Amino acid sequence: MTSLYEEVSVTPVDVPVRRVTITVNGERRAADIEPRLLLAHLLRQGFGLTGTHTGCDTTNCGACTVLFDGRPVKSCTMLAVQADGHSVETVEGLASASELHPVQEGFKEEHGLQCGYCTPGMMMAAKALLEENPDPSEDEIRWALSGNLCRCTGYQNIVKAVMWAADKMRASAG
Amino acid sequence: MTIDEIKIGGMGASRRRVEDNRFIRGRGNYIDDVALPGMLHMEILRSPLAHARIRSIDVSKAWEIPGVRLVLTGDMMATRNLAWMPTLSYDTQAVLATDKVRFQGQEVAAVIADDPYIAKDACEAIMVDYEPLPAIVNPMQAMADGAPLIRDDKENQPDNKVFDWDVGDREATDRAFAEADVVSKLELHYPRSHPSPLEPCGSIADFDRSTGKLTVYMTTQAPHIIRAAVALVAELPEHMIRIISPDLGGGFGNKVPVYPGYVISILASILTERPVKWIEDKTGNLISTGFGRDVYLQGQMALRKDGRILGVRMHTISDHGAFFSDAQPSKFKIGLMHSAFACYDIPSAHLTATGMYTNKAPGGVAYRCSFRVTEAMFFQERMVQAAADDLGMDQAEFRRVNFVRDDDFPHRTAFGFLTDSGQYGKCLDVGLEAIGYEQFLKDQEEARKKGRLLGIGISTMTEPLGAGNSREYDILGIKMFDSAELRVHMTGKAILRTGAKTQGQGHETTWAQIVAHELGIPADDIVVEEGDTDTAPFGMGTYASRSTPVAGAAVAMVARKIRAKARKIAAHLLEVSEEDIEWELGRFYVRSQPDRGVTIQDCSMAAYSNVPDGMEPGLENTAYYDPPNLTWPFACYIATVEVDPETGVWDVLRMVAVDDCGVRINPMIVEGQIMGGLTEAYAMASMQFITFDADGNCVGSNYMDYLLPTAWETPGFELHEVVTPCPHHPIGAKGIGECATVGGPAAFVNAVMDAVKHLGVRNVDMPLLPDRVHQAVTTGNDVSGMPPVRTDAP
Repeated sequence: MTSLYEEVSVTPVDVPVRRVTITVNGERRAADIEPRLLLAHLLRQGFGLTGTHTGCDTTNCGACTVLFDGRPVKSCTMLAVQADGHSVETVEGLASASELHPVQEGFKEEHGLQCGYCTPGMMMAAKALLEENPDPSEDEIRWALSGNLCRCTGYQNIVKAVMWAADKMRASAG
Repeated sequence: MTIDEIKIGGMGASRRRVEDNRFIRGRGNYIDDVALPGMLHMEILRSPLAHARIRSIDVSKAWEIPGVRLVLTGDMMATRNLAWMPTLSYDTQAVLATDKVRFQGQEVAAVIADDPYIAKDACEAIMVDYEPLPAIVNPMQAMADGAPLIRDDKENQPDNKVFDWDVGDREATDRAFAEADVVSKLELHYPRSHPSPLEPCGSIADFDRSTGKLTVYMTTQAPHIIRAAVALVAELPEHMIRIISPDLGGGFGNKVPVYPGYVISILASILTERPVKWIEDKTGNLISTGFGRDVYLQGQMALRKDGRILGVRMHTISDHGAFFSDAQPSKFKIGLMHSAFACYDIPSAHLTATGMYTNKAPGGVAYRCSFRVTEAMFFQERMVQAAADDLGMDQAEFRRVNFVRDDDFPHRTAFGFLTDSGQYGKCLDVGLEAIGYEQFLKDQEEARKKGRLLGIGISTMTEPLGAGNSREYDILGIKMFDSAELRVHMTGKAILRTGAKTQGQGHETTWAQIVAHELGIPADDIVVEEGDTDTAPFGMGTYASRSTPVAGAAVAMVARKIRAKARKIAAHLLEVSEEDIEWELGRFYVRSQPDRGVTIQDCSMAAYSNVPDGMEPGLENTAYYDPPNLTWPFACYIATVEVDPETGVWDVLRMVAVDDCGVRINPMIVEGQIMGGLTEAYAMASMQFITFDADGNCVGSNYMDYLLPTAWETPGFELHEVVTPCPHHPIGAKGIGECATVGGPAAFVNAVMDAVKHLGVRNVDMPLLPDRVHQAVTTGNDVSGMPPVRTDAP
C-alpha cells in the first residue's frame, strides 16, 4: 500500500444541524439536517425515496419535480428546511398498495417513457395538471409539462399518456 | 391449438414494456440510487481555463476540512502510472492533468470525502496556479502556421493534426468531374452538440481486498469493453473485475467512452478500501464528456443535365478536441462518413478527411448515430437539394432519378459499402402522398404572393447500422460481434442475457418477443438481464443502433439452438425419429399424426427429468453472432415550415416520417424510437449546439445556456412505414434507433432553405436560430458562420 491512504483525515464531522418535520406521501417524517441540504437530497438519501431524480442542478430539467403542498416544485433547487412543516408528495406516493394511479397507467399504456429518468417528475407535473384541469387540450398539456425535459420520447406519447389518464380519471369520477 | 403469436407477445406485438413496471413506480435503479455500506463520495475539480500550464497545485487546505478522506492529483495518479489512459482511438487522454490543462473542464484533482457536500467544499479549497496559454477553438486555427502545440506531451507530434485520411477513387472522380455539365458546390458546418442524456455519468468503485475483486457500478453502454479497458489501464486481472451497468437514464453515445472519473474512483477505492461513488453534475457532463459532430464539410457534385449524378467529392475537417477519443471502429478515422450518398447510384466518389486537435473537450462519440453517419447524411441531403436547385429540377424528382433501384440490390456504393435491400422510390412516394406534395407546392406559390414564406424539405437516406461484421469492424482490436445466452428452466420459463445494454430501447421487452417468436414461449415467461459482466455473455454493447442487428440476431440464433435440442427431446418423447417431427409455434408434432405432439414446455421438463440416452441434460445455450453485413434501413422525412420574415422564427407545419427498418419486433417501441430521433433532429436544426468563445470557454455548460426542446416547441410527428426485410438478418430486422436523428435534420433545414431560396439564400448553418434566419432573409446572403476554410480543398 502506498502512503496515500495513511494520510487520510479522520477528523469527526461537526456541523450544525436543524430538525425538520415533513409530511412525505402522507407520513410525518423528521430529520436532523444541515441547513444547506437540498430537498431532493433529503428525499433521496435521507428518506430513501430514490424515485425523485436529479438531472441538471439548475431547475431546468424537472426530473426532480415533486408536489409541495400539492403544487409541482423542483426539489433540486429548494432547501429541505424550506419544507419544514409542509407536505411533499413523490412518485412513490402515486400508487396505492393495490392500484396504480391513472397517470402511471397512462404512461405505460401509451409508451410515454423510454429510459425512465424523467418519468417520475413528468408524472408528478401531469398529476398536478389533471387535478387543476381534468380535461386538458394537447396545447394545455404541452404547456404544463414544458418545465420537464425528456430526451427519449419526443413528448408525443407523453401527451397521449396524460390524455389517457385524464380520460380514465373523468370516467371514474362519473 | 395453434398459438396466436401476438397473444403470447411475439414478433409484431405492441407489447407494453416490462421495464415500465419499475420506472413508473420510481423503482428504477440508476447509478445514483446505488448505495453501498461505508461508501465515500468523490468530486472532481475541473480546469476553468481551456489551455494553461499548471505551475503548482496546493491541496493542503482541502485536507484540513473535516470528513475529507483522500485528495488526488495528477502527480499522485502518476505514481500508479494512471495519470494518462489510452482512448478508444489509439490516443492517450489525461486522467488528472499533470503538465497542462488542454480544455475547459479538464479533470485536475479529486477529493474523496464522507459526503458529497464536503467533497465539493474541499474541491473549492484546492489552489491551482495556472499559466494561461493561447486557446485554439476551431480546426482552422489549429492548422494555422505558428499555432500553439496542444499535444506537446506526445512524441512525433509536431503539429495539431490528428489524421489525414481518404477513401474512394480519386482518379475516377476526377474523370467524372471532367465530364460534368454542371458542378454544384456546398460548404457547411455541422456544429458541436452534446448527447446530454438527462442522467449524467457516474460510477461506484468497490474494491474488496480480501477477495481481490473490483466491482464497479458504472453508467456504461458497453460494460464488457469497459472491463477489458480497466484490465489494461489499471493492470488488474480481468476475472477480478466486475462491471455492472445499472438502469441508464439515457445514453445516446455519451456513455460509451472511458472517462477519467471512472478511473479515479477505481483508484480511490483501491486506496481507501471503501466503496467510492462519483456522480457527475450536469455542467461536468456537458463540458467534459463525449460530444457529437463538430465537422466542417465541403463538397462538390458532378452532374449531367438530365439530372444524373456522375460523381461526388467530399472534404471534412473535424474538430476532435484535446484528445482523440472518438468511439468508433478503428479502421475508419472519420467513422462511416463515407456512407454518404449510399442510397444514390453514383459511379464515383472520393472523400478526404483531416482531423485536428483543439482546446475543447474530447469525444466525437456517435451521438445517436452510427459513427459520423449523421454528418454524412446531413451533408448528402443538403448537397442533393443544392444540386437539384442548380439544375432547376424538382427536389423529389432529382432524388428519384438517382436512387438505387429496387432490382439493383445488392449494390456496391461508390465508397465501397454493400447495400442489400430497400424500396427507396416507394418510401418517397408514401411520404409525398402523405404530405400532399403537389398541393403544397401550389399553396407555397400562393402564399409567396402574399409575402408568406412556406417551404418543404425532403431528406431520404439509407444508413449503415449494426457494426460488425467483424472482418471490418473492431474497437481496440476487439471484433464487433455480439451474444445471447438463453436458459430454459424445467417449467418452460426462461432467462435471457445478452452482451448489449438497454438505455431506454426496451430490450427487456423486445428480446423476450424474439424468443417467443422462435420458441412459442410466452414473452411474459422470459426475463431479460443485461449489463453485468459476471453474468452476461461477452458483447460489445449498445450504440450505433447495433442491438437489434447484432445482439437481437444472437437472441434469435440461441433460441434456434434451443429449438434444435428440443426437437431431439420431442422425438424421444413421441418415440419417433427426428426426421418425422414437424414444428409449429410452441409445439412439435408427428408429421403423419398432427394431433400427436409435445409442447416446448414438455420438452423443457424432459430436458431435466427424462433425457434421451446419450444426451446432455438441461436446456440452455449461448450464441455469438457475427453479422455478414451491416443492416441498411431507409427513411424518407418530409417537413413543411413557415418562416416569419419579420423575426426569422420558423414553425414546423407538418413532419412526415416514412421508415423502412425491415421487420418490426415491437411496432410501439419502434415508433417511440422514431419520434425520439425526430425530436433530436428538430433540436439540432433549431436550437441545440455547444459553442465556445475565443478563450475556449464553453458556452452551453448548463441547461440554461444549452437549449433542448421541451414539449412546447417540439412539433407533432406523422409516422408511416414500408417493410423491406433485411435479407441476412435472422428475423429480417434492421436498426432503427438513430435513423430519424440522422436523416431528420436535413428535412427541417431543407424546408427552411426552400422557403427562402428565392431570396438568394443557399445555406444557413445549424442551428437555424431566428437571428441567423432573419439575417439571411433580410440580406439575401448565406449565414454559414464558418471560420475561413482551406481554399485548395477538395
